[in-house]
Amino acid sequence: MTSSTVAGRDARRFTAPSVIPGFGLTFGYTLFYLALVVLIPLATLIWRSSELGLSGLYQIAMEPRVAAALRTTFLISFGAAVVDLVFGLVVAWVLTRYDFFGRRLLDAFVDLPFALPTAVAGISLAALYAPNGWFGEALARYDIKIAYTRWGILVALIFIGLPFVVRTVQPIISELEVELEEASATLGAARLQTVVRVLLPPLVPALLTGFALAFARAIGEYGSVIFIAGNIAYVSEIAPLLIVVKLEQYDVAGATGIATIMLAFSFAALLAINLAQAWSRRRYGHV
Amino acid sequence: MHQGRGRLRSILRAVSFAGVAIGAVWGASAQAGQPLLNVSYDPTRELYKQINPAFAASWKSKTGEAVEVQASHAGSGAQARAVIDGLGADVVTLALAADIDTIANKTGKIPADWQKRLPNNSSPYTSTIVFLVRKGNPKAIKDWDDLAKPGVAVITPNPKTSGGARWNFLGAWAFGLKKFGGDEGKTKEFVKAIYKNAPVLDTGARGSTITFAQRGLGDVLIAWENEAFLALKEFGADKFEIVAPKLSILAEPPVAIVDGNADAKGNRKLAEAYLNFLYTPEAQAIIAKNFYRPAHPEHAAKDDLKNLPKIEFVTVDKAFGGWSAAQKKFFADGGVFDDIQK
Repeated sequence: MTSSTVAGRDARRFTAPSVIPGFGLTFGYTLFYLALVVLIPLATLIWRSSELGLSGLYQIAMEPRVAAALRTTFLISFGAAVVDLVFGLVVAWVLTRYDFFGRRLLDAFVDLPFALPTAVAGISLAALYAPNGWFGEALARYDIKIAYTRWGILVALIFIGLPFVVRTVQPIISELEVELEEASATLGAARLQTVVRVLLPPLVPALLTGFALAFARAIGEYGSVIFIAGNIAYVSEIAPLLIVVKLEQYDVAGATGIATIMLAFSFAALLAINLAQAWSRRRYGHV
Repeated sequence: MHQGRGRLRSILRAVSFAGVAIGAVWGASAQAGQPLLNVSYDPTRELYKQINPAFAASWKSKTGEAVEVQASHAGSGAQARAVIDGLGADVVTLALAADIDTIANKTGKIPADWQKRLPNNSSPYTSTIVFLVRKGNPKAIKDWDDLAKPGVAVITPNPKTSGGARWNFLGAWAFGLKKFGGDEGKTKEFVKAIYKNAPVLDTGARGSTITFAQRGLGDVLIAWENEAFLALKEFGADKFEIVAPKLSILAEPPVAIVDGNADAKGNRKLAEAYLNFLYTPEAQAIIAKNFYRPAHPEHAAKDDLKNLPKIEFVTVDKAFGGWSAAQKKFFADGGVFDDIQK
C-alpha cells in the first residue's frame, strides 16, 4: 500500500457523510474546546519556559536536587501504577464477575478517590500511617515506617490511581463471555493456561490504558503526597513540590522549566504505552 | 436502547443539578455591605475572624455604612503571588515584609515606601519563635542548643515553602551567631545539625503543628508563638508545654493597603480605616487575646500579657540587613539552606 492511497482513504474518512449531520460544527467545536482548555495552557507553559532554552532546561534537570525529585516522582509513580494494574484488575474482576451482597455499594466506593480533594486523602492517609495512627502503630512494632518515607508516597499514589485501572478494565471484563472459559476448560486447558491465554489477551489494551492513566495521574499528584511524604530533600521530595518551591521564590521560569521537563517525560512515557497498546491490539485483536 | 435513554436522562439531570448548585453558591457569596478583601497568611485565621466583625461594628457606628470584610488565608508567598496575578486584595496582612515588597515591585500597586506609612514598621502586632514540647519536657529542651543534639527529633516547616519557617531558621542562626561569637562556619554546622534532626519538612506552619500535635511525631516543634499557644488551647495544656528560648527573633508581620486595588474599587477610605483600626485599643486587646504581641501592650488585658514570656530579641533588619538580603543569602537557590540540606 502506497502512502498516497492511505492519505486518500483518510481524506475520504474525514469528509464521509454520516447518518447524523453536524460533523463540521462538532469538529470545529472539539478543536476550539480542546485548544481553549488543553492546548493553549500547555503552549503557554512551554512558551514561558522557552526563555530558558534547551540548555537551561538541561541545567535544571541536572541540578542534583531536581534530578533526585524527578527520579522519585517517576519511579514511585511507575511502581504505584504497577500495583494499581494488578490489584485494579482483581477488583474489577470481582466486581463484574461475582454477585454478592453490597456489590453496588463497593462498586461506588471505587470512585471515591476521584471525588475526594487529594489533600484530604493525604491527610487521612498520613493520620492512618503515622507512627501513632491505626496502621502506623501496628507496623511500628515490626519497625516498618510508612508515613514520612518514600513508602508513604507510594501509598498515596496507589490510592489516587486505583479507579483508573478498575474503570477502564471493567467494561471489557463484562463483555468477556464465560463460554470462552468453559470452552477452554473443555478443551483441556489448565486454569492458569485459561487465564494467561484466553482471558488476559483481550484485556491487555484496556489494562495498558488504565496503567497509563494511573501513571500520568500519579506524576502530577501534589496534594495527597506532600502530607505523607516528609518532603526531605534528595529523599522524599517530589518534583511538583519543587515547582511550588520555585514559585515561592517568584522564579516562574524555573518552575515552568521543571513542569516542561515533567511534561516531556510524561509525554514520552504515554507515547510508549500507546505504542505498546497499538501493538497489543494488532497482536491480540481488538475487543 | 432503554438503558441508553435512562442514562441520558440521568446525565441531563446531573448537569442541571450541577447548574443549580453552582448558581446557589454564586448567589450566596453576594451579601449585603461593601466588601473589603483582606489577603492574609495561614496562622492569622483565628485572629481576623475576631477582628473583622469588630471592625464592621465600629465602622457601622461611625458612618452608618455596612461593610463585609472578606478574609483569604494561605501561605504568605502564595498569597503574594495571587495578588501579583490579579487577586483584588484591598489590604494585605502577610508574614514577611519581603512578600509585600515583591507585590510593590512587580505590580506597582503599592508604593515602595509602604512600610513607613503606618506606625511600628507597619506591624500592628509582632510575634516570635518559641518551642512546643511534650508535657514534662522529656528531652529537657531549654534553648536552641538542645535542638542540635543527636536523638532529638525537631519538627519545623520547610523554609523554601513557608514564610514562618524562615523565621525559625533565622532564629536558630541568630542564636548560633551569638553562641559562636559571630563565627559563620560554626553557626552553619550548628543549624545544619538542627535540620538533620528534622524527619519531616511540612510545606506550611499549620502542617507542622498538625504533624507534631496530632500525628505525635517529634520531640519539639519550632513554632510561631501564637501558633504554639493555639496548639496548647486546641489540644490541651495537659499534653504540651511551651519553652521560650533565651534569645529569639522578633517577627514583624506587616500590613499594607494595596493602593491600586483599593482605589479601583473605591475602597481607599475603608481600607485605611481597617488598617488603622488594628492599632486601636479594641483591636490591640483582641490581638493579645490571640497570643500575638500587641504594638500597644497598655490596651491588652493583663492576663493575656502574662502569657507572653520575656525573651531577648534580634530583628531581621539589625542581624541580617533586612529581608531581601536574608532571603538571598539563606533561602534562594544555591543559598545556605540548600547547602546544609546536601
